[in-house]
Amino acid sequence: MTLLTVEDLTVTFPGRRGSVNAIENVSLSVEPGEILGMVGESGAGKSMTGAAIIGLIEPPGHIAGGRITLEGERIDTLPPEAMRRIRGRRIGAIFQDPLTSLNPVLTVGEQLIETIQTHLGLSRAAARERAIDWLRRVGIPAPEARIDTYPHQYSGGMRQRVVIALALCAEPRLVIADEPTTALDVSVQAQIIALLRRLARETGVAVILVTHDMGVIAETADRVAVMYAGRIVEVGPVARVLANPRHPYTEGLMASIPRIGPRPDRLAQIEGAMPRPHARPPGCAFAPRCPHRFAPCVERRPELRGTAAAAVACHLTTEVPA
Amino acid sequence: MADTTFHRALDSDLFWSFRKSWTARVSSLVLLVLFGAAIFAPWLATQNPYDISQLFLLDSELPPMWIDGGDPRYILGTDQQARDLYSAILYGLRLSLVVGFASVALAAALGITLGLLGGFLGGIVDAAIMRVADILLSFPAILVALLVNGIARGVLPPDQHADAAIWVLILAIGLTNWVQYARTVRGSTMVERQKEYVQAARINGVSGSGIMIQHILPNVLGPVLVIATINLGMAVLTEATLSFLGVGMPATQPSLGTLIRIGNEYLFSGIWWVVIFPSVVLVVLVLAVNLLGDWLRDALNPKLR
Amino acid sequence: MLGFLIRRIIQSIFVMLAVALIAFMMFRFMGDPVNSMVAETATTEEREAVRERLGLDQPLWVQYGRFVARAAQGDFGLSWRNARPVSTLLAERFPATAELVLVAAGLSLLVGIPLGILTALKPGSLSAQTLQFVSLIGISLPTFVTGILLILVFSVWLNWLPSFGRGTVVDIGWWSTGFLTVSGLKALILPSVMLCLFQLTLIMRLVRAEMMEVLRTDYIKFARARGLPNRSIHFRHALKNTLIPVITIFGLQLGGLIAFAIITETVFQWPGMGALFIQAVSFGDVPVMAAYLVLVSLIFVVINTSVDLLYAVLDPRLRADAARAAH
Repeated sequence: MTLLTVEDLTVTFPGRRGSVNAIENVSLSVEPGEILGMVGESGAGKSMTGAAIIGLIEPPGHIAGGRITLEGERIDTLPPEAMRRIRGRRIGAIFQDPLTSLNPVLTVGEQLIETIQTHLGLSRAAARERAIDWLRRVGIPAPEARIDTYPHQYSGGMRQRVVIALALCAEPRLVIADEPTTALDVSVQAQIIALLRRLARETGVAVILVTHDMGVIAETADRVAVMYAGRIVEVGPVARVLANPRHPYTEGLMASIPRIGPRPDRLAQIEGAMPRPHARPPGCAFAPRCPHRFAPCVERRPELRGTAAAAVACHLTTEVPA
Repeated sequence: MADTTFHRALDSDLFWSFRKSWTARVSSLVLLVLFGAAIFAPWLATQNPYDISQLFLLDSELPPMWIDGGDPRYILGTDQQARDLYSAILYGLRLSLVVGFASVALAAALGITLGLLGGFLGGIVDAAIMRVADILLSFPAILVALLVNGIARGVLPPDQHADAAIWVLILAIGLTNWVQYARTVRGSTMVERQKEYVQAARINGVSGSGIMIQHILPNVLGPVLVIATINLGMAVLTEATLSFLGVGMPATQPSLGTLIRIGNEYLFSGIWWVVIFPSVVLVVLVLAVNLLGDWLRDALNPKLR
Repeated sequence: MLGFLIRRIIQSIFVMLAVALIAFMMFRFMGDPVNSMVAETATTEEREAVRERLGLDQPLWVQYGRFVARAAQGDFGLSWRNARPVSTLLAERFPATAELVLVAAGLSLLVGIPLGILTALKPGSLSAQTLQFVSLIGISLPTFVTGILLILVFSVWLNWLPSFGRGTVVDIGWWSTGFLTVSGLKALILPSVMLCLFQLTLIMRLVRAEMMEVLRTDYIKFARARGLPNRSIHFRHALKNTLIPVITIFGLQLGGLIAFAIITETVFQWPGMGALFIQAVSFGDVPVMAAYLVLVSLIFVVINTSVDLLYAVLDPRLRADAARAAH
């Protein structure tokens, strides 16, 4: 069974100049054990999609349409208390900045044990054993000693390992990792990604890996969803999307990855900037920057077409430019 | 420079935020009325409360005119010396505001000067000023004001206490409140000192201080205005408190605080109006100044919160 | 930790020496101390003798040194007003002020913290908005007006509670306490309510602001994302982070309470140090003013130092820094 299905999801923020949709008609699915990468520029709606799935959109934002289904159960309409029980237990989350994600006045152990006890109903001693075990699994040296220390006594990379342990310790089926390496040193980034990949394989947890780094996606993900201006513009297997992008935006994104080998004089860049949520054009949001723009692009918004596994939202794929 | 800043502010955000905020509009209206009442007190009052010859002891302790036994000549009633409370409040308000504004001016002048000095000279002068500021700030304002007041009283011969009271109050409250101005101005000065044009002026052998003052003053104008507004509320309150404690304005020249003190002494004889009316005026005044100050702070610089 | 402690104590000593300098200057330069010691008809020779006996012919720094030495033993000479030893006067009145301030401080914490939490957790609710508005008035209302209103309502109109004095007090050694008699406790109610009201609103607003700030942090969002119950998020994860800065401010405010007690004591004719100080100010009674200044400063300094230490104990980040600094 498909682990997670998101259909036609729209998140709205009421504001002074009328409501704006942070994300619009987002549809995606995640299979058990799969790593789905989500890429896009900042503000494209990647993190908002993650927040919507886990049910933590900051008010006054709210889900205005669509549905989210987890293991066959609809979760976007659950009452807060029921949703709370899902968070951590069935959907975990890894945040961007390990320096601010951990409570400074509680020890690492207290935070782990509390999470384990909340969801798994273990005794304190058993939960502590489990916590030490998790610290060991995420690669914290001497976990028996370090469990009683405070977050500030860890380095940035070690703290992100603790964050990962916290996200996984109640054995969720799905983890949403929101830019898990952005705040870290480059040398540490690779270690954290490798750890995440290893743990996903060991535990069979599915991961939605939100990042703006195509390199990380290429290394880690099975499939990739590309977001632009609040919508998914392309979904597909990583290898295929990397080798043969169909959406002009994805194409531009691929061209901006530095590669080893004969290098061009300069990295390609997409001209212009992504439109702000309240200033999106009526047609395709990418049209103003698109090199292949033609008449329908400024008139109609292209739908995401294809299978759940591979789809693209572009008029070029359905119509032939005149 | 300052002129364009002023117009820009008036054109856009400040004015817009003023029209949007009802607290700002109501409190400035209230303040306008109170300031007007204070300025025109001699014309609005029915009696000169300082002139003993105008008081008729037979009319003492009359309740407000709308209560049985009230006299239409005394709108808010009279105190035990037959002083018309309405007139006394107008004159008291005038005194409270004079002390408030004068002490704010003193504090601002002192603070800005010390802040500029500290920022320019740095080193030992700066360290000394900031040390004194720290110590001053760690003591409650009322205590410092009381102490300055007490020292002034100790230095002055007793027969001059009453005449000097207003100056002693201005001095005591002004000396208590300069620290915030000094800190703000010093911060701006230090930032400005690092800038290239000052460095360039120095290299060219020109003292940068003249240019700096021209640049700094418009920059600190906003924050200083905010501090001054909030300060005015505090100064009025401090004056009232000192006068209430009996070490402020004397009973012959009552401010709002003195009136409340006089009223307080007769609380148990049922003459509630002598204490209530000045209190209401004082509270409304301070509340309006505080609300306006809050609004101004948010409107001019949200970061100051 | 030890290094931090020593540094704080040295700092405190310097502050106390500075305060003592102010007190000394008051003694030395406000009026002629000799005048208070001799009869008005004294001859120049007699005056000189007194001057010598008081050490006023010595260099200033020697006089200052002697002043500090005597002050450290609690000797501030005689009150100019009623010729009794200042230390005795203060000691008589210290318990009244201490009890008043302690009760008010306790009240402001016990009521202010829960109200602050309530308004932070339910910011839109009617009760929270009402509390916000009332607290705004509380902050703008002069404390003496609050006191007068309390007397007017509860003493004059309702006649429930006494409006002045401490009621019956019981002496335990040199300490006179109002805690042990019904009239003593009743007498405490109005003054402590008046004194605590301002602090209470301040603490409530502070707790609210801090709590709302903390609730916006990443670690709280992450705690929510782990599905922890609201109770734990609010009271285990958020409250501790909220209260750490509140403690510092409360420490500073405790000093404020002692100062504001001056006003309370005047309104309620409470026989404490504040009332004594006001009399001294209005009569220019330098020894009492100076001694009060030194004593209150000492209390401030002790409180501030303790708060800093407490802060270091409570906040693991600081604890580690202090430990590192000491190595």
